[in-house]
Amino acid sequence: MPSYALHRRAGGFGTRTSLPSMLQMDAGVVTEMLAHCLDGLPDEACGMIGGDAEAGHGTICYPTRNAAASSRIYEVDPRELLAADRDAEDRGASLIGVFHSHTHTPAYPSPTDVAQAPDPDWHYILVSLRDSEPVIRSFRIRDGNITEEPVVITGG
Amino acid sequence: MAITVRIPTVLRAHAGGKSSVEAEGATVGEVLKDLASRYPGMSGQLLGEDGNLHRFVNVYVDDDDVRYLDKLYTTVREGQVVSILPAVAGGGA
Repeated sequence: MPSYALHRRAGGFGTRTSLPSMLQMDAGVVTEMLAHCLDGLPDEACGMIGGDAEAGHGTICYPTRNAAASSRIYEVDPRELLAADRDAEDRGASLIGVFHSHTHTPAYPSPTDVAQAPDPDWHYILVSLRDSEPVIRSFRIRDGNITEEPVVITGG
Repeated sequence: MAITVRIPTVLRAHAGGKSSVEAEGATVGEVLKDLASRYPGMSGQLLGEDGNLHRFVNVYVDDDDVRYLDKLYTTVREGQVVSILPAVAGGGA
């Protein structure tokens, strides 16, 4: 079993195989995520995605408060994070990723995003609001390496 | 006094794959130290060399983040649940 650390600095990473190579999101989840990002302007907005980790399928959006209240950084409100984690577990799902908006930069993980990425199994979803149309992209981040994955929107 | 500790997915490999374990202690600090002694892989993940909670870890007693309580000195009673989650943060610039 691979062993991961909460933070790269703490070391202890292994290598994991057979990860889902894409992120599937229900249309309603995408709508809720985009609305939360737009509502958050001029600050960065953030939230968690719950769903089926094995399938890489996001079925629940948890919009959360940006505890940093900043246009340049975000921190998922710790209490809301715990509530999301418990709710997902109660529904037989789990947290599979985090989304946040970039208000002035492209939808690509910043060095801060990479350094602070807490879980190598999560999907890291970026929503850029720099241009008139929001841009959604998803990434895996492990051992400091960024790999983009396709986002497939299903249903609705 | 046995306290239930919820382990985040990212640390479960250090806790025999379990999502929750028992640890002893009357404060959050004692519980985390006991946890680290039972599961050595966990030590270094939670507390820094200065003995304080790492900033990239959130620890809760029931629903409350211990940073807003008495941090590691927060008392715990039988029946309460200590939850550990990674802090989720980043930034665009």
